[in-house]
Amino acid sequence: MMRALTAGQDRVRASGATVAEVIDALETDHPGIKERLLAQGQLAPGIMVTIDCQCALRGLQEQVGVESEVRFLPVMAGG
Amino acid sequence: MNKDKLSTAGRTDYQVVGTRPPRHDAPDKLTGRALFGPDTNLPGMLYGKMVRSPHAHARLRSIDTRHAASYPGVYAVVTAQDLQLTEESNSTLDESAVNFKYLHENMLAREKVLYVGHPVAAVAASSPHVAEEAAKLVEVQYDVLPAVTDVRAAMKPDAPLLHDRLITQSLSKPSQRPSNIASHFQHLKGDPSQGFARAEVIVEREFTTSTVHQGYIEPHACTAWWGLDGNLTVWTSTQGAFGMRDQLAKLLSHPMSRIRVIPMEVGGAFGGKLPIYIFLEAVAALLSRKANRPVKMTMTRAEVFLATNPTSGAYLKAKMGVTREGRITAAQAELYFEAGAYPSAHVIGYFGFAMAFMFAPYDIPHGQVDAYDVVVNKPRTAAYRAPGVTQVNFPAEQLIDELAVKLGMDPIAFRLKNVVREGTELMNGTTHGSIGAEEVLRAAQSSAHYGSPLHGPHRGRGVAHGYWGNWGARSCCTISVNGDGTVSLVSGSIDLSGTRTTVAMQAAEVLGLSLDRIKSSVGDTDSIGYTEMSGGSRTTFATGIAAITAAQDVVAQMRGRAALLWGVEVRDVSFERGVFTTQRGSEQQMTFSEVAGRLAETGGAVTGTGNVDPQGWGGVFGTHIVDVQVDPETGKVDILRYTAVQDVGKAVHPGYVEGQMQGGAVQGIGWGLYEGYQYNTRGDMLNPGFLGYKIPTAPDVPMIETIMVEVPGPNHPFGVRGVGEVPIVPPPAALANAIYRATGVRVTDLPMTPVRILEAMGVI
Repeated sequence: MMRALTAGQDRVRASGATVAEVIDALETDHPGIKERLLAQGQLAPGIMVTIDCQCALRGLQEQVGVESEVRFLPVMAGG
Repeated sequence: MNKDKLSTAGRTDYQVVGTRPPRHDAPDKLTGRALFGPDTNLPGMLYGKMVRSPHAHARLRSIDTRHAASYPGVYAVVTAQDLQLTEESNSTLDESAVNFKYLHENMLAREKVLYVGHPVAAVAASSPHVAEEAAKLVEVQYDVLPAVTDVRAAMKPDAPLLHDRLITQSLSKPSQRPSNIASHFQHLKGDPSQGFARAEVIVEREFTTSTVHQGYIEPHACTAWWGLDGNLTVWTSTQGAFGMRDQLAKLLSHPMSRIRVIPMEVGGAFGGKLPIYIFLEAVAALLSRKANRPVKMTMTRAEVFLATNPTSGAYLKAKMGVTREGRITAAQAELYFEAGAYPSAHVIGYFGFAMAFMFAPYDIPHGQVDAYDVVVNKPRTAAYRAPGVTQVNFPAEQLIDELAVKLGMDPIAFRLKNVVREGTELMNGTTHGSIGAEEVLRAAQSSAHYGSPLHGPHRGRGVAHGYWGNWGARSCCTISVNGDGTVSLVSGSIDLSGTRTTVAMQAAEVLGLSLDRIKSSVGDTDSIGYTEMSGGSRTTFATGIAAITAAQDVVAQMRGRAALLWGVEVRDVSFERGVFTTQRGSEQQMTFSEVAGRLAETGGAVTGTGNVDPQGWGGVFGTHIVDVQVDPETGKVDILRYTAVQDVGKAVHPGYVEGQMQGGAVQGIGWGLYEGYQYNTRGDMLNPGFLGYKIPTAPDVPMIETIMVEVPGPNHPFGVRGVGEVPIVPPPAALANAIYRATGVRVTDLPMTPVRILEAMGVI
């Protein structure tokens, strides 16, 4: 749904030591992404982050490895 | 966590894990002595009663509480004005995002009512009868608005808007126009158009599912006592005491340390008592503060149906393509979920689960799933055991079955041809970990049920296969050693299904004690560390790890005490199966009880703590087989035989696991054949009671046969996986596939009532 911002690419590279820094880097390269991912300075409601297929429990402050795969997904909670 | 002496796959020398001891809570529950939500009685206690909207959609013009407040025996009346006005803000609670404005408005309406039963005020009085009479005296003026209760109608451009400022949340370019579509998300894998172009057989259908209630027998109930010292105590039936406490702190602007939530025994929940939504507790607290007395509030059965949080009905479109050899090339779905009165998808994550797990049992190279959360004039929806997944399994497994028929393939063989394995990518881009999908399908294929003949007219056998991902999350457990060698274990996990015993069994395995030496109890928010809600099939996994960690902590400390008694180094003391041994000097041994008896002289009490947040849990698969007979004149479905096959990791207590498989299957049967909210055009629910809302009872179902496949789960010392939710996923689809084979027609709407079956058959 954000491919309109990434020139159709389904995967992009970005630098950052935390999720917050990654989002900032994404915004620099693909303006408009930040507005879609964040609300009031936090991850937008309904969005969760996984890093290498593990839930990023610290949200924007979660550490990101050099070759980590970061995904923004609909939240999965409850049961 | 120290993994010494704890192995996973292949271990067979368990002493406690894998046995079938009696439940800790069984005697009290079987004899009526257990204390549930409504069972709190305090001196001077008052009784609270909600005033509820008779309209599905209306503006609140005015509320006059004067006559109610002056009624003899009334001590307090509250409305939304008594709740601090909250800007629309979001907070994280147990990993869900909670919009507090919506939460406030759902508790006590402020400007609009959005469903029949929506609370607008509450009274506290000296008796339930006085409260009921006084509630009738609250005068509410409404401007009635047209209601919409169907997602398709709610999405039309001219549909009545529930929220004037609700904009569709999406990762696409933001919309500027208010809408009843609260959210839209999409998963895209590969190139679906290319995938469908390669397909040689394609099937495509539309489906609907009804709003369904979790059907717990115990209604919501609580007692709140706001003392003069400012401390608030709440006794309640909930799935999460800490989540409830944190919610109350935010709603009431009160420090968490001044709020104590005491969880009572729970008479069923299944996702309907998650602390994310609060229906009574905050209102009871406000009444208590105003009246300066404890206040009890208990819902009636009708209130439970009308005004709690059933799970979404949905409108679903699905499409799947395969090659003639039976390889799935592409899958696509559009999922339109009822949110109820307020956006739900981002709070209860059925969106994420439904989108990720709909096609999770199959290796599909190309696919697209679009999901929409649509507000309608019904109570706000929530989780029901594997939230969102039963709804989407219904279309997915019918398409799989239809393709198998078209290809002339055995339904299980077709599934095996497309089975997922470790490393297979799901629609959301994550990959499966260590799973037992193939093992479960093969166990179903070789089962006595599947291999048995089914003869007779109007009879059919159906199969369905489903997945649930499970969960980990924060858990806390403490273990205190008593002087007689018994231990007291306290954990923060609400016991919904016997988990206080399964948690204790894991601790017993580490401590080398028999289970009767462990007293296992559930703590309140003042007596144990933060623990997430009981849900997502997490407790035996995550709180089990907490108990194991606490037990290891105890063992480590006790080794130190033994070393002190023997005058040796700790490293010279070993521990196995409840016995401490040293080879230093001459061989010596002491039992756990012997060391425990000498704690006072060796440094005092020993308490072990486990505070964990485990990751890397394993998901589970379930394959269900059902034989039905359909009466061609009445459309009635009789279930002749039912088998549930499931991977269970390591069954800590096999009896409990079987119970979860059977209970989930029965709930799924109800969902498939009987259950659904009925509404008229005004938005009135027509069947808010168990007479009109039928759930299965004993005569409706045969014994559910269970086959447990133990594929050790990852990242747990004993290979535990959550088992409680996947059993509800396959039943509706399995029944639909059986009905097809019995009648030759596919029923695509839940519940598959006799009328719907006869209509599909062309009889009526």
